[in-house]
Amino acid sequence: MSSIRSNPEGLSVLDRPNSYIGKTVPRPNLDRLLQGRGCYVSDIELPRMAHVVFVRSPHAHAKIVSIDAAAARQMPGVNAIVTGKELAAVITPWVGVLSHLKGLKSAPQSAIAVDRVCWQGEAVAAVVATSRAAAEDAAECVAVEYQALEAVTDMRTALDPATPVIHASLGDNLAFERILDAGAVDQAFAGSDAVVEAEFVFGRHTGVTLEPRSVVADWNAAEARLTIYQGTQAPHMVQNIAALHLGLWEQQVRVVCKDVGGSFGIKVHIYADEMATYALTKLLRRPIKFVADRVESFNTDIHARDHRCKGKIGVNRDGIITAFEIDDLTGIGPYSMYPRTSAIEANQVVNLVGGPYTCKNYRARARVVFQNKNVMCQYRAVGHPIACSVTEGLVDLAAMKIGMDPVEIRRRNLIADDAYPCASPSGLRFEQLSHHASLAKIVEMMNYQALRAEQAELRKRGVHRGIGVASFIEVTNPSAAFYGVGGAKISSQDGVAVRLDAQGSVICQTSITEQGQGSESLTAQIVGSALGVSMDRVRVILGDTDATPYGGGTWASRGAGIGGEAALQATKILRRNILDVAAAILQSAPAELDIVDNAVVSAGDGAPRIDLSELARIVYFRPDTLPPGIQPELMATRHFVPREYPFAFTNGVQAASVEVDIDTGFVKLLKHWVVEDCGTIVNPQLVDEQIRGGVVQGLGAALFEKCVYDEKGQLTNANMADYLVPMSGEMPDIDVGHVVSPTRESELGAKGAGEAGAAGAAAAVTNAVNDALKPFGTTITEIPLTPQVILTALGRI
Amino acid sequence: MTAQVAISLTVNGERVEAHVLPRLNLADFLRDHLKLTGTHLGCEHGVCGACTVRVGGEIVRSCLMLAVQANGAAVETIEGLSDSGEIADLQAAFRDRNALQCGFCTPGMLMAAQDLLRANRMPARAEIRQHLSGNYCRCTGYQAIIDAVETTARARMELKA
Repeated sequence: MSSIRSNPEGLSVLDRPNSYIGKTVPRPNLDRLLQGRGCYVSDIELPRMAHVVFVRSPHAHAKIVSIDAAAARQMPGVNAIVTGKELAAVITPWVGVLSHLKGLKSAPQSAIAVDRVCWQGEAVAAVVATSRAAAEDAAECVAVEYQALEAVTDMRTALDPATPVIHASLGDNLAFERILDAGAVDQAFAGSDAVVEAEFVFGRHTGVTLEPRSVVADWNAAEARLTIYQGTQAPHMVQNIAALHLGLWEQQVRVVCKDVGGSFGIKVHIYADEMATYALTKLLRRPIKFVADRVESFNTDIHARDHRCKGKIGVNRDGIITAFEIDDLTGIGPYSMYPRTSAIEANQVVNLVGGPYTCKNYRARARVVFQNKNVMCQYRAVGHPIACSVTEGLVDLAAMKIGMDPVEIRRRNLIADDAYPCASPSGLRFEQLSHHASLAKIVEMMNYQALRAEQAELRKRGVHRGIGVASFIEVTNPSAAFYGVGGAKISSQDGVAVRLDAQGSVICQTSITEQGQGSESLTAQIVGSALGVSMDRVRVILGDTDATPYGGGTWASRGAGIGGEAALQATKILRRNILDVAAAILQSAPAELDIVDNAVVSAGDGAPRIDLSELARIVYFRPDTLPPGIQPELMATRHFVPREYPFAFTNGVQAASVEVDIDTGFVKLLKHWVVEDCGTIVNPQLVDEQIRGGVVQGLGAALFEKCVYDEKGQLTNANMADYLVPMSGEMPDIDVGHVVSPTRESELGAKGAGEAGAAGAAAAVTNAVNDALKPFGTTITEIPLTPQVILTALGRI
Repeated sequence: MTAQVAISLTVNGERVEAHVLPRLNLADFLRDHLKLTGTHLGCEHGVCGACTVRVGGEIVRSCLMLAVQANGAAVETIEGLSDSGEIADLQAAFRDRNALQCGFCTPGMLMAAQDLLRANRMPARAEIRQHLSGNYCRCTGYQAIIDAVETTARARMELKA
């Protein structure tokens, strides 16, 4: 690990003896999951609980003529069958727009479709029964008559005058458009030695969380309270939205989030069927459980990254990039998703293209169109893989055009490590990035020159290996600039409360959530280090709106940077309060005392003075023995939100080594490298595993994953056998290195690391495949890189 | 609707008698009837491997097997393997290597890994990757899992030596 800037604070509270910061320690409570004794939503059962199954539209676009549920109501175990119109009595519709995305429009969406369905898989009725199987049986007997309408499926023709408008009230199928023009693009292209253009095509894909989306909603009519058990990344957001649309106060809604079987952004949204489940428990006055089956997951979990992006790059013979231009088109389904909207991804693409480079001439247009397919929205590394693939693809094309090595062209164009703070042409503000240090490090890790030599040698023998490199920037630690400024009630701050219990252990309540990243671990590491107690004495409570401070949750790589800082600041207050009490008990001064290994000690020589357990006993049970006027406060709460920078940008670089079989079109991943700079690293192992997991999701997009729709809007591979995801057999080992540039926005200095892997993996692999195919004079700018795509490019099929 | 069928089997060494519908799959029987929720359902069509359990010593996908087919069989789930201590070292290796994130695939993954280690005491890395290819993990990227299984294999070999 190399550091290009030390922590500005010098020796901080985090550098104390026995600090857990920067150390690999196992996550607390993993045994629960290892023994199959976790509690996922699908494991929850409540008294009188019924199960809901949704009747879903087989049409991409159709009018609902009639729904006949008479026969289904007579089926064994059926409690109720509820249509969209009936459910509308208890829940209001919503519109997924944000005011800071100027011009973004969408139509009102209902929990269950009323009169019309707009994608294959939209719910048209809810069947509630004593078991899921009974509900499924009855759902098959609900007779729905549809009148098929023409489906808008191809994003390229969605805006044509001849194409039907999906929502007449909106006037056209354009949801959002953004145009950016910075510098002097035309002039720059005109003066360039070479200009290269390409169209980049991305496969629509989805998150495939191993645990499908699930909800248990329990309306207690006597208490007038709704409890929602849901695997969500943002409990307070769910609380706010459920209350808003059911006509409740937020305090009437409790959201409990226990173990979550994978999220990746899929579980940060509010889905219509989840809203329907909240409404059903209120309507039917009994707990209702919804567990999506895998076919439903493919048809209704948000999809992402269905983009076609035309790109253009200007370059001079010396390798200096003169201009970037993109024209991005994306189809988001029939509605902008709620409440985060479906314009963020395209907006991010505009923001991020060209981001690592010094080039100031940049023009972009992004258009977001409606279509009759499943909804699209934010999935891990929102927009990053598109922006990175377009940028890095163009940079490689430029390098190829002028005959320059891909690493060398990056060296000549990446923003210098000492040029910060600075801003991108799209207005992104960078506090401190480390592109050059990262590139130098990855070149060393992968032994670039030796790999090139090996590649040349093997090429003589007809073995086609390729090396691909992709630099990237990553949005983390989002402030209110992401959602709050646009009117969304999504907290950008997080809060942490820490208290010393009566035996001297620490109870810590945090508003960030755990989906396996290690939120619980990093919180315990920070609290333990800052206070001076061992991690096994820190209990972390998260995922319950009744029990934790108000906050955003875990998404957009904010857990460590925002929630971690709140934990640090709360713990510092608790520490001060403890030392005040200790000083009173010991007739000493707080400055002369410290806390080490669960005991108050003399600051000077470390001699033990009083155990925290003894201090707690006195405070809680014998306060009469304390000096007069002392009122100990052994609980402290602090919140944190970044204010100076809207986002803490991080950076990194990925590299891939691949071998292409030119007879079969198969790509073998030989090795993958990542160097990433996420600032202060709380737990190196957790960071590395976040990156590896992200890389493999990116590799899935690069090689396998695609939701295949036919021209009528039917999803043709909505099952795990036909929709391919990476398996262990075909994945490479991934080497991860770090450069450390802490953010000065917080004392902790941590930035996020959750998006990095997914951000650049596909770009690195695509560049590597094109490098392998160089002798054949073809380049591919489409993912997934299936054998069919590769053999087509080679002219073999 | 078809009548219920009486079945008798052992689950984690305990005798179980039940009446079940013929269509009930083993996974739903374990989860809904016996409340052994460590067996997870990821796809319900035999692809993801999250529901892997042991029946008569062989690993099977419990979503693809009917409960009535387990009549007379000895079924072992993650709860049983945990309580017997059979995979305590493997679980410790997973914990130390952070070979799980969300944990949803983990019970099935441990079942499959232990199956490999029982048949092949020192599998090569590629063999581990191959054997676990029927168990999907969306969080880890697999490397940590492969490392943990490899570490366990080595430790068991050393213990034997």
